[in-house]
Amino acid sequence: MNRIAVIGAGPAGLAAARSAAAAGADVCVIDAEPAPGGQYLRRDALAGARAHDPATALPPGVEHRPDTVVWAIEPVPGGHRLHLRTGPADDPGRTGATVDTRALVLATGAHDRALPFPGWDLPGVFTAGAAQALAKAQRLAVGERVLLAGTGPFLLPVARSLLDAGARITAVLEAGEPVTGWLRDPAGVLAGSGKLGELAGHLAALARHRVPYRPRTTVVAAHGRDAVEAATTVRLDRDWNPVPGTERRVEADAVCVGFGFTPQTELAVAAGCAMAEGFVRVDAAQATSVPGVFAAGELTGIGGAALSAAEGEVAGAAAARLVGRDPRPPLAALRRVRRGRRFAAALAAAHPVRPGWTTWLAEDTLVCRCEEVGAGELRAAARERAASAARPLKLVTRAGLGPCQGRVCGRNVAELLGDPRLADGFARRPIAAPVRLGELAAGNTADGTNTCAGPR
Amino acid sequence: MPGSPDVVVVGAGVVGAACAEALSAAGRRVVVVDRGAPASGTTGAGEGNVLVSDKEPGPELRLAQVSRELWPDLLAGLREEIGPSAAEAEWDPKGGLVAALGDADAEALAAFAATQRDQGVRAEDITPRRARELEPHLTPRVSGAVLYPDDAQLQPVLAATALLAAVRARGGEVRAHTAALGVRRDRSGAVAALATSAGDIPCGAVVNACGPWSGAFAEAAGVALDIRPRRGVVLVTAPLPPGTVRRKVYDADYVGAVGSDDADLQTSTVVESTAAGTVLIGSSRERVGFDDTMRVHVLRAIARKAAALFPVLERVPVMRAYGGFRPYAPDHLPVIGPDPRLPGLWHATGHEGAGIGLAAGTARLLADLVTGADPVLDPAPFRVDRPALLAEATA
Repeated sequence: MNRIAVIGAGPAGLAAARSAAAAGADVCVIDAEPAPGGQYLRRDALAGARAHDPATALPPGVEHRPDTVVWAIEPVPGGHRLHLRTGPADDPGRTGATVDTRALVLATGAHDRALPFPGWDLPGVFTAGAAQALAKAQRLAVGERVLLAGTGPFLLPVARSLLDAGARITAVLEAGEPVTGWLRDPAGVLAGSGKLGELAGHLAALARHRVPYRPRTTVVAAHGRDAVEAATTVRLDRDWNPVPGTERRVEADAVCVGFGFTPQTELAVAAGCAMAEGFVRVDAAQATSVPGVFAAGELTGIGGAALSAAEGEVAGAAAARLVGRDPRPPLAALRRVRRGRRFAAALAAAHPVRPGWTTWLAEDTLVCRCEEVGAGELRAAARERAASAARPLKLVTRAGLGPCQGRVCGRNVAELLGDPRLADGFARRPIAAPVRLGELAAGNTADGTNTCAGPR
Repeated sequence: MPGSPDVVVVGAGVVGAACAEALSAAGRRVVVVDRGAPASGTTGAGEGNVLVSDKEPGPELRLAQVSRELWPDLLAGLREEIGPSAAEAEWDPKGGLVAALGDADAEALAAFAATQRDQGVRAEDITPRRARELEPHLTPRVSGAVLYPDDAQLQPVLAATALLAAVRARGGEVRAHTAALGVRRDRSGAVAALATSAGDIPCGAVVNACGPWSGAFAEAAGVALDIRPRRGVVLVTAPLPPGTVRRKVYDADYVGAVGSDDADLQTSTVVESTAAGTVLIGSSRERVGFDDTMRVHVLRAIARKAAALFPVLERVPVMRAYGGFRPYAPDHLPVIGPDPRLPGLWHATGHEGAGIGLAAGTARLLADLVTGADPVLDPAPFRVDRPALLAEATA
């Protein structure tokens, strides 16, 4: 019970595990991926063969549970109980376990957000993150004529990963203001963060490959019979309404879209953590509103890998203190968190998703792809059925009830209907990952309890 | 709405929606208020059972039989009035099959069905072999079964919102996100207005249809009412091929749990598929107050019984679980009718896990009592001043 469980092995989770272990705590890291690193530190195909990678290595003594999902979390006296399944989701041989933990660090990260538009459900349309993962993990180029559209500085490293994998990018389309604005303010929020150099490097790479970078422009439709063959791009006004007469049809065999990130909050919500504007609320020690539960990384606000790692270090130290260890105060990490949060706030302010995107949709444009629910159907449900809360809206339209359980469509539905509170209802998923009825029925007899007992 | 409403219904769940519909059909000017969105509480967490099979002979079964007769006509009327799209409620008279998994259960089930037949329920004893012809994936361990052709299914949120759409079409109003705070009384002590978070609504009558929160609203209005929450959880699977589960299929021990006073976890299996192909697996009953923490041992208990009934489900992924609070009175009977302690206050609550099914009959009975028409069934067993309720309220 005196053990710290860290969920997620990206920059935040790794840093939390390291700082808690450095303070002498028993630490168990639970991660859905086969190897530590998360989305950001995903090793490329060749690097993955290396035996030891200092960037993603866990300290000796830390137990690592890869390929493992936490499908439920519940309070028990003195802490929380995590219910795990290990192995591929479709493998009947995957095994169950429970872990009781006094201190829990949630570092579940975020996934990138796609906005719907006519044709976004065609093969050949990717999220920017998925395209980058293919490029980094499998050296797979998603296309020969790639359009990359979205908003925020994250588009640039994606473009670079695609170029490195041999993809050819027709253009990078930024729906909002150009990130080059950051470069004009060298003393501003990016000062000293190393971000300016990164940005400049990415822009230089685009220039080298003669990839145009177009601000206030986006993809509003993808065309093709069985797969993407072309896309319509358009200039946007300040609110992201298309500027009439600026539509252009561009040949493309892949369209990658990234409109910021959505945090993976289901475990935090299931644990009862207080939320604010879609993110987990934390104090200076990364403690959530629930005693014994800490959160670090994109879960608390979108700020990038460096901020995530700093938050993880602070959370790991705080968790170690809770289980009776005496870690050194993580003063440097706390400073990095403060500076990083300023950057994160500026980033959020500079690259918001503007409401005009809802005008890109046709009535029959699918908003929920899993259950094939169109924009018109959702608007009709809100109007005719007065469905003004998430549960009734889901049950009337079936939006958010398919395999992704609203992870992709929740925020888009909420913004489409002009009620951001709806998104919180879509984030409520007490069964955080699908579990077979037989696995549930097998019960605790098949699940060793406390099997994540630290060093053995 | 010109002038004040005749009646304000507090609660836009299926029971409040049905009462509002029945009252507006009877010519009353109706306003419905709810502190949240329509159908976002108990109704949104319901399975959609319209059952006669699970009720022992007595007044609740009578109410269930009346409701079962009313629902198809009610829905047909809504289709005429507001159109098929707005009235769609996924009504499916698929019938129910109760399966016993041991000899003792089979005997008990057969005896129980016989008493139901005496009250006019269509309940057909069938052999295990026939049961497995009707439900090919049913466990071979089935030892006896009863077929209830009149059990049916409704999608609760669609049903409630369709009823409310009709209320609006007739000039009534639905005010969501408006909390009822209590009632104002006139000099005689009768209801003069409903106090809400958006101001007073003058009216002649208030209907308490707050489900598990009915006791709290009654108290705010100044009268005691012993309605308590019981938590129920339902599992939902990934979509399955059509025909995997054809009816509502229950374990015979379902009947035992409904009227029980046991505070500990009870589960009884109800398995059925929905229009979308997913299978709903209910349900648990627990007295945990309004604690909505999802407990894994509850999910496991439900899963175990469902897998025993339909072994084919073992390989199926469970996509989600949802929980809600069902309102129950100490004697497990609904409370329907006027409150003699506060003229102008009416109750329509306490339906436990059967509110979807019982809503139509409840609404008709309430409207009959409000308008002075001949009541559709004997209202006496449901009155608020029955001994079982008063004893608890004063205890």
